Amino acid sequence: MNTPLSWIKAYVPDLDCTAQEYMDAMTLSGSKVEGYTQFDKNLDKIVVGQIVSASPHPDADKLIVCSVDIGNEAIQIVTGAKNVGTGDKIPVVLDGGKVAGGHDGGPLPDGGVKIKKGKLRGVESFGMMCGIEELGSSREFYPEAPENGVYIFPEDTPVGADAIELLGLHDADFEYEITSNRVDCYSIIGIAREAAATFGCDFLLKKPECPGNNENVSDHFSVSVEAPDLCSRFTARMVKNVKIGPSPKWMQRRLAACGIRPINNFVDITNYVMKEYGQPMHAYDMSTIAGNKIIVRRANDGDKFVTLDGQTRTLDRDMLMICDGEKEIGIAGIMGGQNSMITDDADTVLFEAACFDGTNVRLSSKRLGMRTDASGLFEKGLDPNTASEAIDRACELVEQLGCGEVVGGMIDVHGQLPVPTTIPFRPDWINRFIGTDISEADMVGYLEKIDIEVDLANAQVTVPTWRQDLKQEADIAEEVARFFGYDNIPTTLPRGEATAGKLSFKLRIEELARRVAQYAGFDQAMTYSFDSPKVYDRLLIGKDDPIRKAVEISNPLGEDFSIMRTLPLNGILTSLALNYNHRNKNVRLFELAHVYLPKAVPVTELPCEKVMFTLGFYGEGDFFTLKGVAETFLSKAGLTKKPSYDAAAEIPFLHPGRKAAISYDGTEIGYIGELHPLVAKNYDIEERTYILVIDMAEVTKRASFDVKYKGVAKYPSVTRDISMLMKKEIQAAQIEQAIEKCGGKILESYELFDIYEGAQIMTGFKSMAYSITFRAKDRTLEDAEVGKVMDKLIRTLSELGIELRS
Amino acid sequence: MSMNERLEKIRQEALERIAQSGGLDKLEEVRVAYLGKKGELTEVLKGMRDVAPEDRPKVGQLVNEARAIIEKRLDEARSELARAARELKIASETIDVTLPATKTPAGYPHPNTLALDEVERVFVGMGYEVVEGPEVELDYYNFEALNIPANHPAKDEQDTFYINKEIVLRTQTSPVQVRVMEKQKPPIRIIAPGRVYRSDEVDATHSPCFHQIEGLVIDKGITMADLKGTLAQFAKEMFGAETKVKFRPHHFPFTEPSAEMDVTCFKCGGKGCRFCKGEGWIEILGCGMVHPKVLSMSGIDPDEYSGFAFGIGLERIALLKYEIDDMRLLYENDERFLKQF
Repeated sequence: MNTPLSWIKAYVPDLDCTAQEYMDAMTLSGSKVEGYTQFDKNLDKIVVGQIVSASPHPDADKLIVCSVDIGNEAIQIVTGAKNVGTGDKIPVVLDGGKVAGGHDGGPLPDGGVKIKKGKLRGVESFGMMCGIEELGSSREFYPEAPENGVYIFPEDTPVGADAIELLGLHDADFEYEITSNRVDCYSIIGIAREAAATFGCDFLLKKPECPGNNENVSDHFSVSVEAPDLCSRFTARMVKNVKIGPSPKWMQRRLAACGIRPINNFVDITNYVMKEYGQPMHAYDMSTIAGNKIIVRRANDGDKFVTLDGQTRTLDRDMLMICDGEKEIGIAGIMGGQNSMITDDADTVLFEAACFDGTNVRLSSKRLGMRTDASGLFEKGLDPNTASEAIDRACELVEQLGCGEVVGGMIDVHGQLPVPTTIPFRPDWINRFIGTDISEADMVGYLEKIDIEVDLANAQVTVPTWRQDLKQEADIAEEVARFFGYDNIPTTLPRGEATAGKLSFKLRIEELARRVAQYAGFDQAMTYSFDSPKVYDRLLIGKDDPIRKAVEISNPLGEDFSIMRTLPLNGILTSLALNYNHRNKNVRLFELAHVYLPKAVPVTELPCEKVMFTLGFYGEGDFFTLKGVAETFLSKAGLTKKPSYDAAAEIPFLHPGRKAAISYDGTEIGYIGELHPLVAKNYDIEERTYILVIDMAEVTKRASFDVKYKGVAKYPSVTRDISMLMKKEIQAAQIEQAIEKCGGKILESYELFDIYEGAQIMTGFKSMAYSITFRAKDRTLEDAEVGKVMDKLIRTLSELGIELRS
Repeated sequence: MSMNERLEKIRQEALERIAQSGGLDKLEEVRVAYLGKKGELTEVLKGMRDVAPEDRPKVGQLVNEARAIIEKRLDEARSELARAARELKIASETIDVTLPATKTPAGYPHPNTLALDEVERVFVGMGYEVVEGPEVELDYYNFEALNIPANHPAKDEQDTFYINKEIVLRTQTSPVQVRVMEKQKPPIRIIAPGRVYRSDEVDATHSPCFHQIEGLVIDKGITMADLKGTLAQFAKEMFGAETKVKFRPHHFPFTEPSAEMDVTCFKCGGKGCRFCKGEGWIEILGCGMVHPKVLSMSGIDPDEYSGFAFGIGLERIALLKYEIDDMRLLYENDERFLKQF
């Protein structure tokens, strides 16, 4: 929404402020001004001059030397303009003045263009004659301006007058961000009402009047609304003996200031009224309307229709159409048809001002892929009461412009029209609610300024129908608050019962995960929650794997964003790939984010959202680096038992010989491994890549921050080293289980200190050496006691086919 | 030679040898030569039997004196040697402190997390509990319960990702408000950070997936002044004690009155610069008094309780605070980016 200041001032004549002051005050009272364009920012010392004489330049064929009367004196100006001659009145920028741009109409330089006297081919020139482009506008908005030439004023223009004033350029255009609840502010009148209330000025709005001639429009044609659910009101008036031509300068200037191109008087009138009242209008050439009647009905599926812009549109039965006795002539609220558009030969014109259902217009315009100024207004939900005023205003303008004979009467088809509503008004409640001490009189003053009637006796206010957003006391409180000024409301802190500030236990465990990952050198990544179903192929997931069952988005941005991820890998792998591609070395990333597991497909209830702790890296380190991170995290989270690793678990995206499912206390809590070489290839990572995924819910369930001091050992320990020879397939875990089983109470710890395969050992075998520490809490261990345990261990190991090495 | 003279000679010789020794091994030789089992002083003591009984105490005293002084000198010489050796060692160990540092391997937090931690710190300190809600959310909680009825333009498909008619990807963290109010009695003070989704194509300022932090306070007698005070406090904690705030009327379906809060530009302090596009102010969050309809739909009596809510765009805070000029960087996870936070 935009409004020129001059048009606002037409309704608020006392408004006296700079553009910046206007912007600040309007923003603080709720009509946010995003910015403004000051048209005369770079226009200085520009007056109306009259060419008194013109003679050829002695040294240049393309230049002429003019004497120009600028009111109090005549100055010499050399010009190359071809369209001027003696007697013409033109804008002249004087020595030391400024214009907005060049004559080519290119982008306007920020600081404008300074004009100084100088010599052109040896002849002195004391100023410059201006074209409309040099004044910062264009022929689009000033259609009377010549192409590539100097602007010429009408003959009756006073010489020496302010040329900028005459062109309506001492003005500023403001751009607003109007919130969706304030439909009334998508109009000059709505904004002007707000401006008057903001600045405490009078708001002068005259109800348009135009009785027309003594005929009655109802004798000429009829309107029937067959879809009253989609059209709450349809008004129509008729203008005879139409004289199509340009609209007057004042109207053109106002439209131009809003950025609306003047076309002809009738089109300009409909645009003018739309801008002024926020009510879209349409004008039909009566001669094209068959059967002298208009029918408002739904379209038929598949119907074709050619809109004003010459495009053929395909309709459906949820679109509302304006039809005559035979055919469709407009898409209601969106765009008229080519078949009924006004041409220069029009003799009788039919104006329409209607109110269509906002949602229907919005959805139809979306399906048609066309959004117009009109549809943009309708879709916000207009007040049907505005339609009659707007159509009267259009007819009033026709009479004012003398471009036709308005026929008496109005066709007005409507159901129940909105009536003003009442809302309780309790000033003390409002003060309590917003924390202020505003007097009742001040509140009444604020409300009456925006046409809300206050009835103190009955403690209620009456709200005009154009304020459909005001429904209850809190809404009235906002009206009071914004004109009192949000800035004037005091600042306090909530009192009352204290509450404990805290993170949930779940979030504390996540924080711990972050700390551990960062401590281990992993940077935190964030990736999208969306995936492509193709990700499963890239990760070598089987066609029937249930993990492929995902929450699908019905209107995704594209296939890559079409499902909610069920695996947390694609994000981290894509990020690792990006780093690899950027030649970053030794990259370690982690992410804490959700996977979304549907309970049924298609989705019928909310899916299970699980936080996964996902780590991935390439470069320095190996499988055991990640295993260390996993175990550090688990133990810090209070999961102090030893997790177990199942190398046989099926994890298709991991290297078959370098992977494991991680279990804690018999429950699988995650997996770890080297990325399958094929998957690495699919992501274009040409280094060994390792990943670790931990299901945070499983950790949180078992986590605890409770710690108990267990004392420091008082008695000496006994350490025994044991070196073993075994088949390669035997896992360290088997040996460790044996150590734990046989060690019993006196086992304190054990550590693998050597592992070897190679020349000194037969093929298919390896050697492993453990250092085992025993200690008793209450006494010094005897050699025999330790010896017994070791004998038992050696027996157990030999049952596993593990031999001692001497 | 009298015993006296003999002892004096031994003493002098010993002290001279100590002074010239120049090494621990030499000192040990001296010790052995004079104080050892067969050392000269020991020999003197062994020869006591030749001394007249009446002179023995005197001689014994002299021998002890000589031993004491030799031992003292030996100790002194030893510690002097140790000191010299230590100094030599220290002198030889000088390093070039300007050589490159050995990098600590610690990883870096995501800038979003960095910003969120700060926001959480401020509000937890003010007694707010950090809670969460589902990202895949019922249409009811995301819209209807927030006073956004069916056919509201905000529900338009162009903004919302739908799973089906009843289930959406939440477009805001505000549904958490409703979920909290439904199960918790006032007083309520919560913030709810989390991911939200809007159907926007990825570019420098848009992302289909981003984060918000919702705030909600419900109690008896909560006023708009409390809202202003709380958020002004937040702004000072977050952006510096000098930060000023400005509240502009705005519209959200679930608050009334509603406002947007601007803070003075933290780069220029409000004078106007390129960073704040010359305005001196930067828009930070939306807020308002919880709409009475929202309260009653969530089972809270609006005649008894009132409250305020606010929503902060986490990425917006992160981008502004750390002067990141392209939102895509936040989701690409280039290490060269991440390692700056």
